[in-house]
Amino acid sequence: MEKKKMYAVEATNLVKTFGKEHAVDGVDLKIPKGIVYGFLGPNGAGKTTTIRMLATLLKPNNGHATVMGYDLVEEADDVRQKISLTGQFASVDEELSGRENLIFIGRLVGYTRKEAKQRADELLAAFQLTDASKRQVKKYSGGMRRRIDIAASIVTSPELLFLDEPTTGLDPRSRNQVWDIVRALVKQGTTVFLTTQYLEEADQLADLIGVIDHGKLIAEGTSKELKASVGAGSLIVNFDNEVELQRASTILEEQLGEKADKDLKDYSLTLPIKEHDKAAVAIGALANQNVKIKEFSMAQPSLDEVFLTLTGKLPDQETDGVVNE
Amino acid sequence: MNKNTTIEEVFQNHERPKKPGALNASATFAWRALLRIRYVPEQLFDVTVFPIIFLLMFTYLFGGAISGSTGEYLDFVLPGILVMTVSMITMYTGLDLNKDIEKGVFDRFRSLPIWRPSVLVGALVVDAVRYLIASTIMITLGYILGFRPEAGFFGVILAVLVLLLFAFSLSWIWTMLGIIVRSEKALMGISMMLLFPLTFLSSVFVNPTTMPNWLQVFVDINPITFVVDAVRGIIHGTDAMSDILMVIYISIGLIVVFGPLTMYFFRNKN
Ligand SMILES: Nc1ncnc2c1ncn2[C@@H]1O[C@H](COP(=O)(O)OP(=O)(O)OP(=O)(O)O)[C@@H](O)[C@H]1O
Ligand SMILES: [Mg+2]
Repeated sequence: MEKKKMYAVEATNLVKTFGKEHAVDGVDLKIPKGIVYGFLGPNGAGKTTTIRMLATLLKPNNGHATVMGYDLVEEADDVRQKISLTGQFASVDEELSGRENLIFIGRLVGYTRKEAKQRADELLAAFQLTDASKRQVKKYSGGMRRRIDIAASIVTSPELLFLDEPTTGLDPRSRNQVWDIVRALVKQGTTVFLTTQYLEEADQLADLIGVIDHGKLIAEGTSKELKASVGAGSLIVNFDNEVELQRASTILEEQLGEKADKDLKDYSLTLPIKEHDKAAVAIGALANQNVKIKEFSMAQPSLDEVFLTLTGKLPDQETDGVVNE
Repeated sequence: MNKNTTIEEVFQNHERPKKPGALNASATFAWRALLRIRYVPEQLFDVTVFPIIFLLMFTYLFGGAISGSTGEYLDFVLPGILVMTVSMITMYTGLDLNKDIEKGVFDRFRSLPIWRPSVLVGALVVDAVRYLIASTIMITLGYILGFRPEAGFFGVILAVLVLLLFAFSLSWIWTMLGIIVRSEKALMGISMMLLFPLTFLSSVFVNPTTMPNWLQVFVDINPITFVVDAVRGIIHGTDAMSDILMVIYISIGLIVVFGPLTMYFFRNKN
């Protein structure tokens, strides 16, 4: 029992099928308390289905799980006392104002009317939504939406917070705000289980990352460990003409020991790299030999590359929307 | 003070208070439904416009043909249209619920440690308010047009109460369908398909004795017919006891069957 309590989520062989489709197909999880767990996978991988099971909304067809030490099925009500869920889509009532939504949730968790109002105002202030507090949520911007969604989830402090794709569709600024919120919550001791389609997000936030595809957990580890398995990313160098490009190609291939991918339309070269230091040395070599570079940049390994390495194939193309190259 | 500290501050020390009781949770959902009416007054459109159109249309279009005079027909048809309108409006209960599910808010409700039926009970209570509004509009308009209930004001009140009981019970069919049917359009289709024959093939518009035999068989076992006969009987002071009892049985039957079914699907929703 004591040992179990160390884990926020402990699941063995979770299975959920919809008809013939195995949405989640035997997932094992061991998530320590107090961390951010990043659940990374393309569209249709089974992220939402897993979260909905762990949040007691779906009964698993098979397998067993405890959430904050309580059995998911037998002690669902105890689980609900410990968790909060911010779903992938609307998780507040869009017809009501932000403030009304928070008061509403406050009442549902057991605050008196006065307490609920006070709590709503505190949260609105902390999430910088005071100005928009009287506006209907359906008139909020994407970033404001996500903030009110999350605010509604922490009306009382959950011990485990599920965030299903909290930043999909947000601009970089809003995305950063959400990231800051997540960091602040974790600092206060909450365990956060978040799903994402972006390696960068998992990289920035998660202490532990699980990669899911076709309902199966295909890899798990820290961001460092995952990246080590795919290399550090790629080096992209642009030139003004083909002559420079061809010269550079020979030099870079020799330096990095990798084959260069040439794009003759916009005169650019792409090479995979294992360590950042090597890329710097290679660029230095170009300069030494007076190759004229227009610009160069480093690209993070994309989810596609992680998949390529882990599964030997790209994620299904039909499940559109996977990170583009 | 930067925003991080503020979020950390508001996050501290907010243990869950004791969870609300069933009544409180239901009242909170009812409050939400009322707020929604304030923001989307169009919601009341069907509640107000349907009754008016139906009443005017049937009284003046068919009144002369069916009863010989519009005044006499009004007395006959108003209780029928009242039942029909309120029965029709009940299907919005399912549509609203379906929308909540489709949008995703429903997931949040279900992940809260509250008495689960409160989501539905709260909505149904506010629906009762809608039925009352529709009834009031219709009876008032009827009165202006010359409708005279023989059993007087209290008869009308009693009739409306019987109707509300039936409407509340009927709503459980829609809540069940609202949970299991995937799209709003499909739900609308199914609801209409059930409601149209039930309301039209009943004693709402004409006395069943004027119908061919095969149709009478259906009309006589149609629950709506019992409700219409009960309401009509109460309003006009004729003996309606057996019909009232029938309505009570039907209502209990609907709740006993569809209440648990609704809760079953509610718990096991995919
Ligand atoms: N209620 C349902 N009924 C039938 N199939 C479903 C249902 N929910 C999910 N699925 C299927 O299960 C699979 C996994 O879906 P899920 O929503 O868990 O993926 P996801 O990783 O969250 O994807 P996304 O990134 O698009 O949100 C998909 O193929 C989906 O079509
Ligand atoms: Mg999803």
